[in-house]
Amino acid sequence: MISSARPASKPEDATLDSAKAKQARITGAILLGMAVLVLFVFGMDASGDATFRLSRPTDPWALPNLVVPAGPFSYVAGTLLAFLGVRQFLQGGVRWTALSLGFGLALLVMAFLVWATAGKAFSLTGMLQATMVRAVPIALGGLAGVLCERVAVVNIAIEGMLLAGAFTGALIGSLLGGWGGLVAAVMVGGAFGFILAALVVTYRMDQIIAGVVINLFVLGLTSYVSSQVFSEYRFLNNAPVFRAYKIPLLGDLPVIGPMLFKQNLFVYGALILVALSTYYLFFTRSGLRARAVGEHPHAADTLGINVYRTRYIHVTLGGMVAGFGGAWFTLGSVGRFDENMTGGRGFIGLAAMIFGRWHPVGALAAALVFGFADSLQQKLALLRTPIPSEFLAMSPYIATIIVVAGFIGKAQPPAANGKPYIKE
Amino acid sequence: MSKSLNETLDRSAKALLERTTHGRQDFETLVIVPVFAVIVALFLGGLIMLATNVDLATIGKSYVALARGSVGSLSALSETLTAAIPLVLAGLGLALGFRAGLFNIGAEGQLLLGGMAAVVAAFMLDGLPWVIHLPVALLAGALVGALYASIAGWLKAATGAHEVISTIMLNLISFRLLDYLLRQPFIQKEGRADPISKSVPESAELPRLLDWLDPNLRLHAGVFLMLAAVGFVHWLLFRSKIGFAFRASGENPHAARYAGMKSGLIIVAAMATAGALAGLAGASQVLGVLDRATPGFSAGIGFDAIAVALMGRSHPLGVLLAGLLFGALEAGGRQMQLDAGVSIDLISIIQALIIVFIAAPLLVKTLFPWGFRADKKAKGGTQ
Repeated sequence: MISSARPASKPEDATLDSAKAKQARITGAILLGMAVLVLFVFGMDASGDATFRLSRPTDPWALPNLVVPAGPFSYVAGTLLAFLGVRQFLQGGVRWTALSLGFGLALLVMAFLVWATAGKAFSLTGMLQATMVRAVPIALGGLAGVLCERVAVVNIAIEGMLLAGAFTGALIGSLLGGWGGLVAAVMVGGAFGFILAALVVTYRMDQIIAGVVINLFVLGLTSYVSSQVFSEYRFLNNAPVFRAYKIPLLGDLPVIGPMLFKQNLFVYGALILVALSTYYLFFTRSGLRARAVGEHPHAADTLGINVYRTRYIHVTLGGMVAGFGGAWFTLGSVGRFDENMTGGRGFIGLAAMIFGRWHPVGALAAALVFGFADSLQQKLALLRTPIPSEFLAMSPYIATIIVVAGFIGKAQPPAANGKPYIKE
Repeated sequence: MSKSLNETLDRSAKALLERTTHGRQDFETLVIVPVFAVIVALFLGGLIMLATNVDLATIGKSYVALARGSVGSLSALSETLTAAIPLVLAGLGLALGFRAGLFNIGAEGQLLLGGMAAVVAAFMLDGLPWVIHLPVALLAGALVGALYASIAGWLKAATGAHEVISTIMLNLISFRLLDYLLRQPFIQKEGRADPISKSVPESAELPRLLDWLDPNLRLHAGVFLMLAAVGFVHWLLFRSKIGFAFRASGENPHAARYAGMKSGLIIVAAMATAGALAGLAGASQVLGVLDRATPGFSAGIGFDAIAVALMGRSHPLGVLLAGLLFGALEAGGRQMQLDAGVSIDLISIIQALIIVFIAAPLLVKTLFPWGFRADKKAKGGTQ
């Protein structure tokens, strides 16, 4: 994992030690805070049993409902959280800080779900399935960001590339059918990646400005065509949708079957792309070269790696991934393009990339967390909890700020990120 | 007094134009590139119209409408100025940030929350005389914008979190926060189920300036606010000590730190000032034009302001001119939609293209080498 690049703790290094201790203290305080929340807010209030439906009665291997008594569960979870928090203070928690926090967050989410569902029933499998679906564009956006930023090109334009992919998918999909639309979306995404590369590599435009401009341009162009052309010629905005395809046997598994193996092309595609790019970036020679360009372009150049070409290739690839992710919005769900239909999902992808520490698997995991928050927000209205759904919707962004600020473990971007390289 | 002020302004503007743009300070970048950018962008806009099956006559008609709707009449001028006010205000804030080396993408969020605060202050304090009421509402907007922006500034100063990421996240947070606030009973308009705030009472409105001529003229007193802000930012950046600190830490943070400037404080102060201006832009929009807050009332002004600040080369006077140009495009675009039936979204395309050409002068030089070679000879070929 890339996050373990930090030097091992040396007792004689006082500053390092105090930084670690500070981090442990912050983590401990957060865990204790969560414990208080779970014990006194969820625990006091919880009554009855929370019923989680794990499978539908028609499934081949149906699981019985999971029934959790809400009160006792909150107390157990709260006590565990308190134990983890106190442990951070007592031992300095040098090694288990991040793990404790992850475990604590999972406990908190579980306690929250149990509390919200107490006395009611709720389909866990349905929500996990929705989580996966919602995570797809975010994960693909994040992956596009990883590919670009690993060669030190900051890509703010993910949002625009997603939107371009969605638009092209709808337009070409209506004319040539789903597969044609998909290929065109990937090509157009790649074209915008290439434009971004040209602007920042060849014309040395500021990377952030270039990204902002591409976003503005794509938003303007797609909105213009959609109101100028689509409103008149409706058949141009009526693409077929890729249906879910159940993988035999695996798709029948309870809980994970519907989540992972009964989805459409885009979910499978995202999972495969994440696996492929992880292998490519970290286990192949050209992946190593790409990362070298991102960390120290000058050294890479000295070794005979063509920095400019590497950046062009990877940013274009990133654009293609984003174009594929964009096609999800039209070909993967509704088959129709609406103005600004990505609604900031590209920026969330950017957040997922940072949250996932510039690693494809990390970006996918972060996207799942964000997708979970997103689908939980939809469910909250059904469960009628007193927590406003807007605050839940904000939580991924707040979490991203916390990670970027390094309150809990610093996320390290590639060293040369954002800097143009001028060949001598 | 005003004459000497003008002279100082002129002198400093001239001195500044020489200094502003990091070594590319010649006539080419300041005049030729922007002019080319606008012409080429308008031309490409025409090509896009052609590509989307708009016939030549309509294209001609739409450009006539664009001109007529932006500068062709008194009401067109009023619309142009009205659209320019928030763009210039927010653009000034962003320009200030650029000078201090901060890329603030968060103007949209600061603008939204600033406008929201102005609306809340306006209807909560109903009954005050306007001399107090209006300034208080404007101040509330500026203050909340400043506070919201300084979160990003503080994060950068204290932890090194990059402001681009944190302001993007703060933008996304502000959209949700606004949705939440607009549904709160003390903010939501009585008897409405949709998220919409109560109206601004008349004593807190920015007064319309030309309604004695024609009640449809929307130009409001925010235009003075805009001009005052241009003067203030100019003074702040080029005449005050703190402005010098902003620019020094923007040019070279290390040198600034060695010279004894407190870099953390400068970052927070620069972000707060930028946020105050964005908040003011939001306040002027709700108090002068919209009269209430609704979800997304900012309509992308915060993002367009980035373009305005870039086009204005982060110089207050440049921002004013760029804001007027973008305001004119906005107002003309509405006329274009009305007269020629061409969607106003074309204007966003043209704006984006302008910025591409402005921000990548190398690209313009590649596309139009002849425009520059002649000029270079005349000037002895700087660069």
